[in-house]
Amino acid sequence: MLVSLFITCYNDTLFPNTGKAVVRVLERLGHAVEFREAQTCCGQMHYNTGYRREAIPLMHHFLDVFQDAEIICIPSSSCVAMIRDHYLKMAAASGDSAVQDQVEKLLPRVFEFSELLVDKFHVTDVGAFFPHTVTLHPSCHSLRSLQVGDKPVQLLRGVRGLTLIDLPEAAECCGFGGTFAIKNAEVSAAMLSEKTRCILDTGAEICTALDNSCLMHIGGALSRQLAGVRCLHLAEILASSEKGEVL
Amino acid sequence: MSVRVGEAARAPDFPRAAQHLLGNTQLRHNVRQATNVIRRKRASVVEELPDWQALREAGRQIKQHTLRHLDFYLEQFELACTRAGGHVHWARDADEANQIVISLIQARHAAEVIKVKTMTSDEIGLNAALEAAGITPYETDLADLIVQLGEDRPSHIVVPALHRNKLEIRQIFMEKMGLSDLGDRPEDLTNAARRYLREKFLRVSVAISGANLAVADTGSVCIVESEGNGRMCVSLPEMLITLIGIEKMIPTFQDLEVFLQLLPRSATGERMNPYNSIWTGVTPDDGPREFHVILLDNGRTSVLSQQESRDTLNCIRCGACLNACPVYRQTGGHAYGSVYAGPIGAILTPQLQSMEHSQSLPYASSLCGACYEVCPVKINIPEILIDLRGEVVERGDAPFSERAVMKAAAFALEKPGRFSAAQALARVAQVPFERDGVIRHLPGQLGGWTAVRDLTAVPKRSFRQWWRERTRGNLA
Repeated sequence: MLVSLFITCYNDTLFPNTGKAVVRVLERLGHAVEFREAQTCCGQMHYNTGYRREAIPLMHHFLDVFQDAEIICIPSSSCVAMIRDHYLKMAAASGDSAVQDQVEKLLPRVFEFSELLVDKFHVTDVGAFFPHTVTLHPSCHSLRSLQVGDKPVQLLRGVRGLTLIDLPEAAECCGFGGTFAIKNAEVSAAMLSEKTRCILDTGAEICTALDNSCLMHIGGALSRQLAGVRCLHLAEILASSEKGEVL
Repeated sequence: MSVRVGEAARAPDFPRAAQHLLGNTQLRHNVRQATNVIRRKRASVVEELPDWQALREAGRQIKQHTLRHLDFYLEQFELACTRAGGHVHWARDADEANQIVISLIQARHAAEVIKVKTMTSDEIGLNAALEAAGITPYETDLADLIVQLGEDRPSHIVVPALHRNKLEIRQIFMEKMGLSDLGDRPEDLTNAARRYLREKFLRVSVAISGANLAVADTGSVCIVESEGNGRMCVSLPEMLITLIGIEKMIPTFQDLEVFLQLLPRSATGERMNPYNSIWTGVTPDDGPREFHVILLDNGRTSVLSQQESRDTLNCIRCGACLNACPVYRQTGGHAYGSVYAGPIGAILTPQLQSMEHSQSLPYASSLCGACYEVCPVKINIPEILIDLRGEVVERGDAPFSERAVMKAAAFALEKPGRFSAAQALARVAQVPFERDGVIRHLPGQLGGWTAVRDLTAVPKRSFRQWWRERTRGNLA
């Protein structure tokens, strides 16, 4: 099955290794991957900050680019949530029934990375080897909007060599929240300090999640604290193998 | 018409108020402890109900139906309440409601009132209006009493003194009740409050209450509470005035079945409140001789006219969203500058004021969705927050620098060529700030990020560049 990768704008720019990891995992499982170079952004930052007008052309662009894609894989639960939770409403507000139709047809083909592996491909062991202690931050969008449940945990349990440690107060928001981290920088920092405290309590070497946005925020604090804990997207853990491939 | 929500029009914006409160470690500790306790209790009594999700849906549908036909149900309530011997007054805004209350009290030549369970009275600034008219109000709900004696502001919808611990309360009681000594056990504090309040219950002849619910078909009013002080207020005085926001209506007595399950479990984590008072008009030889209901609009009909956000009025003021909110749990309620704090306050306060004030509140959320998950009437608070943000931007009230950045970003993201160029530009722009792939300091608003976190620098090669090179065969 041909999987079309929507890398998302910030992964493309800041976290290319996550994209490479997704490609590696999917190809290892025998799927062909395509990357449509016309893609840009789902419009989440604009929409969630109140810039609805600016988000609309980004939605149209996304719909045009992926109109005929078989399966769309997105390694970011907040971008998937943007598409699932808001595109229908945005399309309805446009008053154009053709756009609504386009969104309705597209939605069943949109998968977050762990959903694609577990729900669509029914795989929990992707043949990964990662001899480290890991804790999982279940990001808010993955938990409460996508309701991915234990899919990322199932995938982590399938990794050889990996020791998974439960994160205390896991369901609490890390305080990123997109522009929230800038507009309410102090409150965001206070929320973040609790999240990093919980992560450090686990003693894990690595904190993983389905969202690099949260991880950029959490990892930024851990880096500033010189805490000796690294953040890695789930795809990068699943891409690791005994051959020690370097992304 | 002048809609007023406490002092919210003059409150500092959320980030500024929050910054100040984050420095108060005692307050943060108190808020954390209290919300943890209520959350744990709520989770256990919600878990034990197999039909909790069906109950939530029923609650949502009943509220939505009532609000769609509010004109009908309000008049039905007025008729039933009047038939049962009550008097119904209609108040368009805070000033009208305050004036009605004052006139009723003055007609009895009373100079004191006892009050219970009426956050709506804080919304309209009733205590200040009463004092200006020479009438002394006494709060009788224990938490409201602590707030009143401490010359403080409520910080939680259900537990207004949640930001205070028992030692602080002991201090307030000793000072304001003129006690030379007082223990610090909860029993000691409760006994002091009891002695102080009993005397008021027996002496004061007028009471003002709020309402958790108003039943249209019977004209009944319901309050639920833990202490019994509300029961005293609604049964002992000669005159009772009940202030009700018009959104508190439910159609039938039977609908109480749904809300008297949803409310206590969500609010205090109890299966049932210790005191559930339901009364209808006046009863000969029992309870108040004179009963007045004031139906308050104060901006509610304008919220009702907003298709995107009218579900806000479904709220039954349980406070579950506050306890669940990671933002509220850091700052407490005072940061919201309104009697309505937390996620529900962040959507209710600005809307009641027609989005003229409190515009920073819709942004006081990371959109984590914890509020929506616990809301007993399924108000999609994150979605309404986003809608209200849209209104702030479309009114032209967003900061100029933010608008400029957002417009530039939208321009760059509309076309892949422009996006690639922007990525290249970012790589150049970060040069003065980047070392070893990390940015430790950024100027301006972005400095809020680097104050406590490092920022990942833009790597040399974007994903799309890697892909292009790979497909050209340069890379495996």
